[in-house]
Amino acid sequence: MSATMTGWLRKDGRKGIRNTVLVAYLVECAHHVSEKVARDFPETDVQVIGFSGCFPSAYGQDMMEALCTHPNVGAVQLVSLGCENFRKADLVRTIEASGRPVNLITIQQTGGTRSAVDSGRAWVRDTLAALAQSPRVPMSPSELVIGTICGGSDATSGLTGNPAAGRAFDRFVTEGAICIFEGTGELIGCEHVMAARASTPALRTELIATVTKAERYYAAMGYGSFSQGNGTGGLSTIEEKSLGAYAKSGDSEICGILRPAERAATGGLYLLDVVPDGAPKFGFPNINDTAEIIELISCGAHAVIFVTGRGSVVGSAISPVLELCANPDTYARMSEDMDVNAGRILTGHGTLSEVGDEIYNKLVALGTGEMTASEELGHTEFVFTYKNPTQADPGCHTAT
Amino acid sequence: MPMKERGFVRLLHLHPNDNVAVLAQDGKKGASAKLLETSLKLPCDLSMGHKLAIGPIGKGAEILKYGAPIGTAACEIAQGDHVHLHNIKSQYTVIEDMEAGQT
Repeated sequence: MSATMTGWLRKDGRKGIRNTVLVAYLVECAHHVSEKVARDFPETDVQVIGFSGCFPSAYGQDMMEALCTHPNVGAVQLVSLGCENFRKADLVRTIEASGRPVNLITIQQTGGTRSAVDSGRAWVRDTLAALAQSPRVPMSPSELVIGTICGGSDATSGLTGNPAAGRAFDRFVTEGAICIFEGTGELIGCEHVMAARASTPALRTELIATVTKAERYYAAMGYGSFSQGNGTGGLSTIEEKSLGAYAKSGDSEICGILRPAERAATGGLYLLDVVPDGAPKFGFPNINDTAEIIELISCGAHAVIFVTGRGSVVGSAISPVLELCANPDTYARMSEDMDVNAGRILTGHGTLSEVGDEIYNKLVALGTGEMTASEELGHTEFVFTYKNPTQADPGCHTAT
Repeated sequence: MPMKERGFVRLLHLHPNDNVAVLAQDGKKGASAKLLETSLKLPCDLSMGHKLAIGPIGKGAEILKYGAPIGTAACEIAQGDHVHLHNIKSQYTVIEDMEAGQT
């Protein structure tokens, strides 16, 4: 199967499984123009992302730079209002340095909405034609970056969907791919189990500190991490709930911790620490599932596995989201939105290994022209909000 | 034949070290459940996702699910007992929020 997988080769050497043109607004005031530009190309892979602004944000800058140079992105149309607080010249330089075509439209300079839209459409049209000639080269599963999250969870998530995702992760890690799991707020109670899988004693300490930080942060937000519904659904303790979410990381050794917008240097399994350092500020670390998906993508994820029990219909801009349904009843109701029926393990129609293999194969097939259900249905959700800047540690926390 | 009426419930043993098994489907009190050579009967009506002890668990011993501790036994737990809020103690303080939510 790996022989038929191909990727778009970028000038920075990265390979993407999609050839997306981004229309990216640098403040909410430029959002409408961006949408109008993108809507002119409904049958092509032109997607809108952006940062609401308007206050300065090192995190916002880091995220936009990482997303605009993502391997699945072929070119970027930036849309600025003109007066917003965003270091757009730096963003342009970063995109240029990656070898991707970039164009900046400043609405206040072009003369308003209509002229900005016309200008953006013309550039995107020309760029799409040029991108169609981009080289496609052989790509191996070992070159993939895969993220995983769970949301809309129920009692079945930790039984079928998350462990099956973990099986797929184990296969990818064995092949040398980069696999990223997240959710430090949902790892409270299993930090010691997780830390035992750390590749070094130093990382073990860091993993525990990461979860302790999350515990403190969520407590400050007043976030209750265990609901009555969890108990009714058969979960007895917070650590049991956390272990269900943690199961999606598989059994491989954990080799490092990533922050949003940070890339792993080598293949292996990484924890994405979504909780900012310092005093709690700006609200919840991730306001919804899409914010978590976008942070996984900011770390270079070519695709994201989304495990749901209740039934999520979330896709994403930039990278395909593979919907994995843990609950057989939910699957029966919402099958069009689901890529994998992990709930069949509960009805005796499959094993964890079989479902893990199916997830693996479907992710690899995304590099052979296959699309996910959320892509077919046109999902391109995108959001991120303010956070404290990511810590200025050089590189990732890869164990050496 | 009450056994036939009450039916048979499938169990999942998630990790070889686990001392609990998880119901793969809803089950009625008295329904049979089997795990390798261990035969159990549901002590009460239980829905999918709930846990049964597959052997006796001493007070204070760790409850293992996914091969990892999810808490400790708050009392002596017999083989086949429903393992849940009434007989597990979390090793984290947050459990108090959860128990308050259950009353």
